[in-house]
Amino acid sequence: MPPAFRGPEAVPIRLVVNGEERVAHAAPRRTLLDVLRDDFGLTGTKKGCDRGDCGACTVLVDGETAYSCLLLAIACEGRKIETIESLSRDGALHAVQRAFVAHDAYQCGYCTPGQILSLVALLRRATAPSESQVRAAVTGNLCRCGAYENIVAAGVAAGKTKR
Amino acid sequence: MTARVVKSKTEFEGRIREELALVAGRDLRAWPRSATLASVGRRQPRVDGVARVTGRARYTTDVALPGMLHARFLRSPHPHARVTAVDARRATALPGVRAVLHRFNAPKVATELFAEEVRYVGDEVAAVAAEDEAIAEDALRLIAVTYEVLPFVVDLGDGIQRKENVKREESYARGDVRRGFAEADAVVEATYRTSTQLHNCLEPHGSVAQWDGERLTLWDSTQSVFDVRSELAKALGLPLSDVRVVSEYMGGGFGSKNGLGKYGVIAAVLAQQLGRPVRSVLTREEENLAAGNRSATVQRVKVGATKDGKLTALEHVVWSGTGTETGWVATTTGPSNSLYAVPNVKTEQYVVLTNTGPFSAFRAPGYVEGTFALESALDELADKLGLDALELRRRNDATTDPQSKKPYSLKRLRECYARGAELIDWKRRRAGGSAGRASHLKRGIGMATQVWGGGGGPPAYATVHLNKDGTVVLRAGTQDIGTGSRTVLAQIVAEELAVDVEKVRVVLGDTDQPYAPVSAGSMTLASVGPAARLAAADARRQVLEAAAGLMEVRASEIRLEDGCAIARDAAPGKGSARRRRSILGRRGKKLPVSEIFKKLNNYTVIGRGSRRPNPDDLWLRTFGAHFAEVEVDTRTGAVRVVKVAAVHDIGRVVNPMTARSQVMGGVLQSLGFGLTEERVVDRSSGDVLNANLEDYKVPTARDAPEIVVEFVDRADTRANNLGAKGLGEPPIIPTAAAIANAIANATGARVRTAPMTPARVLEALRK
Repeated sequence: MPPAFRGPEAVPIRLVVNGEERVAHAAPRRTLLDVLRDDFGLTGTKKGCDRGDCGACTVLVDGETAYSCLLLAIACEGRKIETIESLSRDGALHAVQRAFVAHDAYQCGYCTPGQILSLVALLRRATAPSESQVRAAVTGNLCRCGAYENIVAAGVAAGKTKR
Repeated sequence: MTARVVKSKTEFEGRIREELALVAGRDLRAWPRSATLASVGRRQPRVDGVARVTGRARYTTDVALPGMLHARFLRSPHPHARVTAVDARRATALPGVRAVLHRFNAPKVATELFAEEVRYVGDEVAAVAAEDEAIAEDALRLIAVTYEVLPFVVDLGDGIQRKENVKREESYARGDVRRGFAEADAVVEATYRTSTQLHNCLEPHGSVAQWDGERLTLWDSTQSVFDVRSELAKALGLPLSDVRVVSEYMGGGFGSKNGLGKYGVIAAVLAQQLGRPVRSVLTREEENLAAGNRSATVQRVKVGATKDGKLTALEHVVWSGTGTETGWVATTTGPSNSLYAVPNVKTEQYVVLTNTGPFSAFRAPGYVEGTFALESALDELADKLGLDALELRRRNDATTDPQSKKPYSLKRLRECYARGAELIDWKRRRAGGSAGRASHLKRGIGMATQVWGGGGGPPAYATVHLNKDGTVVLRAGTQDIGTGSRTVLAQIVAEELAVDVEKVRVVLGDTDQPYAPVSAGSMTLASVGPAARLAAADARRQVLEAAAGLMEVRASEIRLEDGCAIARDAAPGKGSARRRRSILGRRGKKLPVSEIFKKLNNYTVIGRGSRRPNPDDLWLRTFGAHFAEVEVDTRTGAVRVVKVAAVHDIGRVVNPMTARSQVMGGVLQSLGFGLTEERVVDRSSGDVLNANLEDYKVPTARDAPEIVVEFVDRADTRANNLGAKGLGEPPIIPTAAAIANAIANATGARVRTAPMTPARVLEALRK
């Protein structure tokens, strides 16, 4: 039996996004990033380079950070996707978000959702991570405004306050 | 209030321009230095912080409208060519494609959309509008263009050799440099080079255009909604009232988003033709090809001084590679003209045209490059004289502006020197540096000085609207490009109205609000802030008048405090009978503002403020000094910046929290300029070889050194009614030069080319 293939026209793609099962009608060549932004209106996830260099599109896939511009949406079927919008759904901010506000860990804010998700993933696997662990966790997220020191400080502080 | 026209000198990107502005009413006196302020000067987390951390902040790239089409551009693969034919039939036939525009079918508008002659790799040749971006991109590949390839030059050094590509743009002289050099005991002459730096704002340049009948709305990632509006109106022949430009949240500009881009006007044209909204956002590659850059420079500096360290003469000649930009050049000689008290100065600035993407303003354009050369040369001179590098600078500190001869409104550079030296522990600096963690590692310390404008000026306007529940709306058509202007404006209004910052909502980034200038030239706070304060004061005056009516006292007897109108205690018996019968029936002396508004229902208080002119007899400048400690690997040439201490003199600091962020960001961008960032263009093809964020090296979290930020927080009370000046650009100016000086201190090797890559450091070490 040859493997079933789908496309190249739009096909239904079933994704679990922020705890909800959603279906996108999208061509198999479309990235997870584009489907999140354009089909689901989740524009908190940003497109900075579309080739896995800048990290602005960072989301969590099954709890791990991923550049959503490097993943095809169709390859994420059935996987658990979390975007920045999932962190504050009941109005309360996540500890990392609160720490970003308190430490002024952004300037223009375009890289911010990606930075935050990288740190959220870190805090799930490490309690009270060290400064160097925090720094390593955001090395894949460029900040052209240069807010790194505050981002790292926010990550360390969030690790201490919350769980 | 009668309005009158005033003339004011405003500094913009290192140039002085005279602005005519209509202003009304008297200015307020700046808060005294001793005043205890409730909001201004406090660490204030950003008022839009929650929007930024939740992903709710809507940037131009996030604007999605019903029926919106997506535009993409076909760009020239040749550095210089004539477009002789475009065959778009296959592209147009592709399902989902709605339009293909090129020079043979584009509508005639006042600006040229597609040139016959393309002049760099990345120049616009055609645009496609399609149902989605992927289809638009597919269509680009189906457009067949016939080019007649023309001769080209892409390298700055090659360009300098061609007379027809070089033209003198600016020159300046004072005194007699020949005599000055004759008086010198030591002279240093050297050539410095800096490379093309690319902005790489994380939000790409882009627009969304939508027509509503006659009226066009353009969401644009811009630093200047009003400039985009006037350029767009002019290009399309529209009245200003029919163009609205919106930039609510903006993902970085750094000077590259000061005006209307091709992507904006083409989106508007396509949207009009097709009757649907059109989004055109550049890709990262396009950002690196066609969205501006900091000019590469070749700079010859000659500087002389007497044995006791008095500078006698300074000559500085600059060749700036502006790409295809012919309109202007960054003032790279600015620091040489104005930083030190040198009696004899001669500077020249040449533009060198090459077939590379046009340069644009990039955060302190010219001053970053010029300071790298000047401050490196000064250290070389100090070494030659056997003088301490910092002492040499102190001995040549200018007490009046050397160019205009005017006194500074305030200058506290010496305090920056003193505090910076403490923070880096300058005393321990020794020739030859100190040992690092291993024998091949050498440590050194260096510093550099910064001068810049930042005084802002008119015209800039704001209105303050008070709601009946006591909340406040500030309207000003300025931008928050990530600097925190929303937050500082809210602080200023809160201060003046004696309310909490949370009560103030700032509406900006929209040409339907009162005019404000481009957010560039470090002028947003110093231009719009004073207008906002005046607007708030005007609103307060009106509230007090209303309160006076209700409380039956004179307005002059009431002050605003904690959201209440409080009447001054009157002497017993005096006028008390009348007060007892006050309309509200209260003897009390306290009336909450919210109550005043409840009584007055929808009576609306609108306070107006217009930025007053700058003082004519004073020179407004910002100063600072950065001190860097580096560790150089003498085996590999790798440089690690260990620490940067940055001290700035910018007048009153309105928000120490965002100001600190601004400085740290400037340090980082300058560190990139100094160590890693360099556009590489292939001389034989004109291709940019690193037009992406993998090969073009922007600093990452791992590259960030320890950064200590301090301010000489002293209000410049003669500058404007805030006593505050701008900070956007000052912190990017001196870091790279401080690093170069630290490398020389550590190793004795002088690296005269930025970025100071390992290869260049090794080359200098071998000399």
